[in-house]
Amino acid sequence: MATQEEIFKKVQSTLVDALGVDEEQVEPGATLQGDLEAESIDFLDIVFRLERNFGITIPRGELFPENLTSDPSLISDGMLTPKGIEELAERMPYADMTEFAKNPEVDRIGDLYTVDMLVRYVASKLASK
Amino acid sequence: MRWIWIDKFLEFRSGDFARAVKNLTLAEEHLHDHYPGFPVMPASLIIEGMAQTGGILVGEAKNFEEKVVLAKIPKAEFYGVACAGDQLIYDVKVLDLRAEGAVVACKAFVNGLETLLADVEIVFAHLDNSRANQLFGPKNFVFTRQLLGVLDLAKAQQASLAEPAN
Repeated sequence: MATQEEIFKKVQSTLVDALGVDEEQVEPGATLQGDLEAESIDFLDIVFRLERNFGITIPRGELFPENLTSDPSLISDGMLTPKGIEELAERMPYADMTEFAKNPEVDRIGDLYTVDMLVRYVASKLASK
Repeated sequence: MRWIWIDKFLEFRSGDFARAVKNLTLAEEHLHDHYPGFPVMPASLIIEGMAQTGGILVGEAKNFEEKVVLAKIPKAEFYGVACAGDQLIYDVKVLDLRAEGAVVACKAFVNGLETLLADVEIVFAHLDNSRANQLFGPKNFVFTRQLLGVLDLAKAQQASLAEPAN
């Protein structure tokens, strides 16, 4: 069984290859879009690489959920409602919602995609193999 | 000018691998500008040839029902140049193919399979059909008859080779 550190190292090299960033930039708390400048198409590339590098299968929408904000009843004044936050947490169980929940602006949802989130996701996939 | 940057498929294994050839000639206008007196095939057009080889390979795997678009080139390394009179061979291998898209590993060789000219990785995305239809209409603008003609040609040539000579 791979340790957290081993998984982190492999996720780190995956992101270095996918995003052309330096190893030092890929810190546990780094956000994929904000800090590592990932664009939407990079998410597909990251999914491909994680599957190959870890030998796991990532069903569509499981790691990077789609249409997160398509239900207008979950949004009010550009913020997720408590029900919206609940639903988001359900769809992104590997994301750390603590900071986001304090200021749940829709535009900040992208900040939930962090290096740490990927590590937690991969660890759970490997554990269930 | 026709936007077709491969001349013929030499090998085609559905959903897995394709090998295509591109001959470079001075009849191609762009070689006279790139560069005057030193006709070098632009690296971008070599990548386009690989993308066409890979795009047809990926599209054929789903019966050309998807609109396959080049999404990203995570890696492109070139080790030399190809000039007028040279022949390029593009080998493209599908690394992954799923509902959202595909990734392929490509190699370009010059004048046979001994000399590696380029190593490229390409990510293709399948355009969301409902959104693509809104923007472009139902017609598959990626796989035009012109582009698919290259694959048809290879099939026709294979069939004629298989027929016994009269």
